[in-house]
Amino acid sequence: MNPVNWILALPAAGFLAVLLWPGRAETARALALAVSLVVFVLSLGLIPGVWGAGASWSHVTDLPWIESPAIRYHVAVDGLSLWLVLLTTLLTPICVLISWRYIDRRVKEFYALLLLLETGLVGVFVALDLFLFYVFWEVSLVPMYFLIGVWGHERRIYAAVKFFLFTMAGSVLMLGGIIYLYNRSGTFDYSILLEQINSGALMLTPLEQRLLFLAFFISFAIKVPLFPLHTWLPDAHVEAPSAGSVMLASVMLKMGTYGLVRYSLPLFPNAARQSADWIVTLAIIGIIYGALVSMVQPNMKKLVAYSSVSHLGFVVLGIFTFTQLGLDGAVYQMLNHGVSTGALFILVGYLYERRHSLETAAYGGIATPAPWLATVFLITSLASVGLPMLNNFVGEFLVLQGAAQVNFRWTVLAATGVVLSACYMLWLYQKAFLGATPEPVREHVYDLRPREWAGILPLIVLMVWMGTLTRTFFPPISAASAQILEQTKVNAEFLVSRPAAPPLVAGVMPDAR
Amino acid sequence: MVNFLDLIWLIPLFPLAGAVTMLLAGRRLDPQPPSEVALAPGVAAASGGNGHGDAHGHHPAAPGRFLISLIGPGTVLLSLLFSAGAVIQLAGLPEKVHEVVKYTWIPAFFFHPAGGGGARLAADFGFLLDPLSAVMILVVTVVGFLIHVYSIGYMGHEGGYYRFFGYMNLFVFFMLTLVLANNYLLLFVGWEGVGLSSYLLIGFYFHKKSAGDAGKKAFVVNRIGDAGFIMGMLLMLATFGTVRFVDVNAALAGREPETGFGVLSAIALLLFIGATGKSAQIPLFTWLPDAMEGPTPVSALIHAATMVTAGVYMVARSSALFALTPQTSFLVAAVGAATAILAASIALVQNDIKRVLAYSTVSQLGYMFLAAGVGAYWVAIFHLYTHAFFKALLFLGAGSVIHALGGEQDIRRMGGLKDKIPVTYRTMWIASLAIAGIPPLAGFFSKDEILWQTWSSPLGSKALWAVGVVTAFMTAFYMWRLMFLTFHGRPRLSEEASRHVHESPPVMTVPLVALAAGSVAAGWIGMPKIWTWFGEGFRLFEHWLAPVFAAATAHWHAHAEAHHDVSIEWALMILSVVIAAAGIALARHLYLVRPDAPEAIRQRAAPVYNVLYNKWYVDEIYDFLFVNGLAKGGGSLLSRFDAAVVDGGVNGTGWLTRFTSTLSVWWDTWVVDGSVRLIAFTVKMFSYPARLLQTGYLQSYALVILVGVAVALGYYLMR
Repeated sequence: MNPVNWILALPAAGFLAVLLWPGRAETARALALAVSLVVFVLSLGLIPGVWGAGASWSHVTDLPWIESPAIRYHVAVDGLSLWLVLLTTLLTPICVLISWRYIDRRVKEFYALLLLLETGLVGVFVALDLFLFYVFWEVSLVPMYFLIGVWGHERRIYAAVKFFLFTMAGSVLMLGGIIYLYNRSGTFDYSILLEQINSGALMLTPLEQRLLFLAFFISFAIKVPLFPLHTWLPDAHVEAPSAGSVMLASVMLKMGTYGLVRYSLPLFPNAARQSADWIVTLAIIGIIYGALVSMVQPNMKKLVAYSSVSHLGFVVLGIFTFTQLGLDGAVYQMLNHGVSTGALFILVGYLYERRHSLETAAYGGIATPAPWLATVFLITSLASVGLPMLNNFVGEFLVLQGAAQVNFRWTVLAATGVVLSACYMLWLYQKAFLGATPEPVREHVYDLRPREWAGILPLIVLMVWMGTLTRTFFPPISAASAQILEQTKVNAEFLVSRPAAPPLVAGVMPDAR
Repeated sequence: MVNFLDLIWLIPLFPLAGAVTMLLAGRRLDPQPPSEVALAPGVAAASGGNGHGDAHGHHPAAPGRFLISLIGPGTVLLSLLFSAGAVIQLAGLPEKVHEVVKYTWIPAFFFHPAGGGGARLAADFGFLLDPLSAVMILVVTVVGFLIHVYSIGYMGHEGGYYRFFGYMNLFVFFMLTLVLANNYLLLFVGWEGVGLSSYLLIGFYFHKKSAGDAGKKAFVVNRIGDAGFIMGMLLMLATFGTVRFVDVNAALAGREPETGFGVLSAIALLLFIGATGKSAQIPLFTWLPDAMEGPTPVSALIHAATMVTAGVYMVARSSALFALTPQTSFLVAAVGAATAILAASIALVQNDIKRVLAYSTVSQLGYMFLAAGVGAYWVAIFHLYTHAFFKALLFLGAGSVIHALGGEQDIRRMGGLKDKIPVTYRTMWIASLAIAGIPPLAGFFSKDEILWQTWSSPLGSKALWAVGVVTAFMTAFYMWRLMFLTFHGRPRLSEEASRHVHESPPVMTVPLVALAAGSVAAGWIGMPKIWTWFGEGFRLFEHWLAPVFAAATAHWHAHAEAHHDVSIEWALMILSVVIAAAGIALARHLYLVRPDAPEAIRQRAAPVYNVLYNKWYVDEIYDFLFVNGLAKGGGSLLSRFDAAVVDGGVNGTGWLTRFTSTLSVWWDTWVVDGSVRLIAFTVKMFSYPARLLQTGYLQSYALVILVGVAVALGYYLMR
């Protein structure tokens, strides 16, 4: 049977099993770990199929679900979704591990919801029926709401409600868009929609296209989050438990960028191209704005949260360059951000377990009592800063290169993010890990323990791997993004020609999009 | 016979293996008592009670420590041997170029550069050995090896011994990657990597806040330059579709120099911004003096001999590009000259022995850029190479002095040391003559050639030459001020330091002597053209590098040859020697003959002195404008904006929603519900009389019936 179905079904079954488990809470935890590990191993089995399939779909299951309206259970994997699915299935067992001691009440419910979240997230990435996609989109929302609202810190209710309302506001718009598309085309199926667009059977007027694009875009932009729709993120991160922050930053934000690549670009190519300028403007504002705001955050999680705004700006910039390099870089950067920012949240969580504070000022000189923790944190920070040989550099470089082909000014502005990220990450590292060690830190902060090593080491390995052996990951990504880029070129008769931006310096002509 | 040429990729890997071994297993090999981890030399001496000198024989040398002392320098020695083998074999090749591509780092992406056609971005782990990288790997491995050996002695009493050698080996790995890369992207890997190693080593004594600050400053300032470098690479890719040196040079071949500021000038300018960061030039030089917080061998290797010259190397590597961009080239020369004189002026009055040397390094790097800017690329590399010897020697000598005095770095509290630490004194004496430019020592040849080229090159000018000459005078003065204050005159040592004074062990002095030999003889392969009686063998350096810079110099060479005037060159050469001698003589006069004179001058020229002593207030200005202004100020402002406006909008929407719902509740209660109730009330009001009839009391009904019957009866009866 198609492993995708197992990957969807097992965590859902695990959700029920853990929830209804009659035994002790500790056993439920072990069960959750076992289920998530099995799911991860299963998901590794997706790789060969996707590699072999090239630009087409692999591991397809397409079954009728509801007769009327025609909703189908249509799932499949390609180079775009493959690594995101793997990121999700890798991070779920890691989240179980890092919550081992962190979560001490309502243990069963916590792990059950974590598994449900996994199903929702994987579903978002593999669904090829717009309605099914919407269902998974909402399914992922609920467990996260509870993770923040139940196991969070002091202002958890405010943060959870804010998170929920923001996302709901977006998804309602998207639902409207999905239903409108159904009325126009008679199908929810992604592949059929693309076929209709390609064959000219579905011709949206420019206005329709623009409004539909906007409906989807706002929903995705909230999730990314794109400036100025980002303010739910710092609150959600600060209040969420460690595992919640990890899943939120590493995977949930990618739902937004994934949606942009998968749906906004191919379904509404002309509207997407026409909107590129102002979206890129917002992305670049986000890059600089997020970095500057990061620089003054006394709260570690807030700092990392704002840095996410900055990093995701790179992803959006890459997507809306409409270049192969930019799109490849953006997809790679989604994974990179998942790995390195996930690792940062894990490490901040480790610190919280020791000292029960998220304020940078509560720490100092950690390198003395905990040299390995310091080393791992430094490597992660450097990855996040974009040091070559670590993962983020590759993605950022490709995105910037894509931008340079379109408008060199974008590159110049975005590159300031490279400088600023070094400022805030090294500031954080210096404040928390270097200098004299105050007494409370000496007393409470110990070095990494085996379970904690197990939680962080896979990500450290990935940072180096993704930074040096990029050929492991790129071929399927490139195949998928080339396909999507090709798709954005159809329907060109609606394309309103835009005056080309004057070149920054003589001789650098902006490439034709 | 081993084919070293095909093994050049191994040259960086030896130190990497050493670094990985030591950083992963070092704590096992050399267990650290937590309290002793990484103390500064002075602190270690003070806390040790009897201090450095007496500790020599007694320090328990753990076998693990011995292993670290073996691995650290050993891996660099291996690189040195493989480099030497490869360079010898390279000399035998007719082409003098050898490229080895190991594997593709970032796979090929098809795209369209502005130049037209299609191109593939493929970043390789590819290595290029040509005369230029040959010089660089020899400098890095020779000087690097000597400094590693020296460190065995210098760091012998320090905690974190494994960490030190691990970082040092890591640095050598990245530096060798930088100079051996066959494309800009891999060069950038090394470029960032040496920055990282530098960050780690500056902050080696991480307990000290100043060390952490200095490391962070170095990284961030370098990062500004790196952003320029990245943008340069991106523009280069967008223009030519490649970052491989050979391909870029091929794309540039046949082009004429740009008359205005075109795309080539822009690429060159962006790359040069990168160089100003790494090589500490205006405006990004401020991190280098602070970098002296690191252990002294680090200052010698990274912040004098090798890493900081990476910018010069990169400009030389891009010579074909810079030669086509007269405007950017002029900027390079001007920035170099300005940095040279600015840094030298600061060095005149500094009192910290390492800071004097740090500013001296900035100044000498300025000379190198001056040379590169006027199109004399081989001279820039020549000065890089001679400077590596005498500046490394000066730093190691300074380290030996600091070591001897148990951590003292202030030259006002030194003096009269020449007989107490004779080897250190003599070797530093040689190096100081070399940097001052006294023939026939190494510095004379390279500096004289720079000044001559600045004078005679079509890209140079008399004004730049004058700046160079004034700087040469300052250089001789500040170096000999340092020498006289440190080694001559009356001892001004503290009680503790004078008890402590001792010559360093052989493991430290032997590298000093070796570097001193280099400081004497290194220049003899680059003698001036007018010294015809020595023959062309003594001009080996220029000939060796000629194929690398052939394309670049082709545009300007013919012009320069026509204006070659032997008598002027002789005159300028004699003038520069006289100037250097005058600088030394003035220093001797002020600090040896009339030791009270400097104080008098200082008081009379207080404003000038203060400006120089406070480094032209550049740090303060940058702090005000950028650190506190743009970064922190902008950050706080935006943070408040985020909370008040962006999130305020969200919370405002929330408030508005709650307000409207309160309003609807009110509306509901008083208007909607109210009208309903009003209707009800009205009905009730009107129904009141009717309701009076329906009381449910039997007797009322009886009464009503009775009254009704009575009324009815009365009606009939009355009718």
